Amino acid sequence: MKPAAAAIDPRPSVIGERLSRVKRVIAVTGWKGGIGKSVTAAVLALILSRRGFRTGLFDLDFAGASAHLVLGAGGKFPKEVKGIEPPPVSGVGLMSVAFFSGDKAVALRGADVSDAMLELLAVTQWGELDFLIMDMPPGINDAALDVLRLLPRTEVLAVTIPSLMAHSVLERSLSLYRSLKVPVLGVVSNMETAGGRSSAKWRVRRDAGLERALGRPERLLRTAFAADLGKVADALVRRRPGA
Amino acid sequence: MHEWALAESVIRTAADHAGRSGLRSVSEVSVLLGELQAVDREIFVFALRELAKTSPGGMRSCKFRILKEPASFKCRVCAEKFTLKALKRTEAEAENIHFIPEMARVFLKCPGCKSPDFDIVAGRGVSIKDIRGEK
Repeated sequence: MKPAAAAIDPRPSVIGERLSRVKRVIAVTGWKGGIGKSVTAAVLALILSRRGFRTGLFDLDFAGASAHLVLGAGGKFPKEVKGIEPPPVSGVGLMSVAFFSGDKAVALRGADVSDAMLELLAVTQWGELDFLIMDMPPGINDAALDVLRLLPRTEVLAVTIPSLMAHSVLERSLSLYRSLKVPVLGVVSNMETAGGRSSAKWRVRRDAGLERALGRPERLLRTAFAADLGKVADALVRRRPGA
Repeated sequence: MHEWALAESVIRTAADHAGRSGLRSVSEVSVLLGELQAVDREIFVFALRELAKTSPGGMRSCKFRILKEPASFKCRVCAEKFTLKALKRTEAEAENIHFIPEMARVFLKCPGCKSPDFDIVAGRGVSIKDIRGEK
């Protein structure tokens, strides 16, 4: 009968299917740069994997992709099987634009970021996962809004640091998530020092050894940073999906 | 082989469209294949036909019309308009663009001013031009 009026983008139709066997989708967010989102997301994914949970990590910070560096994914590349399969890196299935951009700068405009993200969501075969951790870009931008739109069951884990600026931005972000009815699991305050008076749900100590452990998953898991983040993992595991 | 995943999105979209529009069956789907993504037409069509056999939405006897859409670009800095022929790329770069067409802006530059800040005006990837069926 009648043809469809305009060209249709078919990709959104399969995103639900791609994530249909993923039990929990957790977006590690923070609206300031340099507060440790990527290392938090990656180490959290490592911890969950080591505890026996099938875990994926999706680096959505296209401009500053670094999850592959935290995990030491050098030489890995997705496998092409009726889509693309995230390569396992120390037990974590990792998807990142860095696999496709190499060491080049990824200078994309907002609409291009949305398109690239949609492409990866449509073709990535995550399979069965207990947790998909998403390393979000700083700020609330196209990628962040698209995640909330396309993945409505996303739960937010907010990251901040003990700084007036970071806290102010954090409060604004939490207010937005509340108004959008996005579940917030809690706030992780990174780079805490002894005697700090953060009211965050989880305090993660500044760890001088963290930088030297980057790219070495076994060493990362032995850091004080990972020990503190273990408490976040405890809480994630205790909380049932949708509860 | 990631053509299968893209074909699956076409089949699912057509079946959803049929359901929403009250179509008993889908007779023809016209698909635009953007030149930039360089989807393997043979694998893509094979995947469409295989997936249609088991899809809901009356897709079993659907015909697929594949239309090639040439890629065109416009530079945001110098406003030059250009085509894919003007852009040199290695095999590895073309492969990465195949997976994510936006990687064109990572590897390629405007032939006029060498800026990577150009728009993909047409021919990016897979889209559906129209869906026809019977009520």
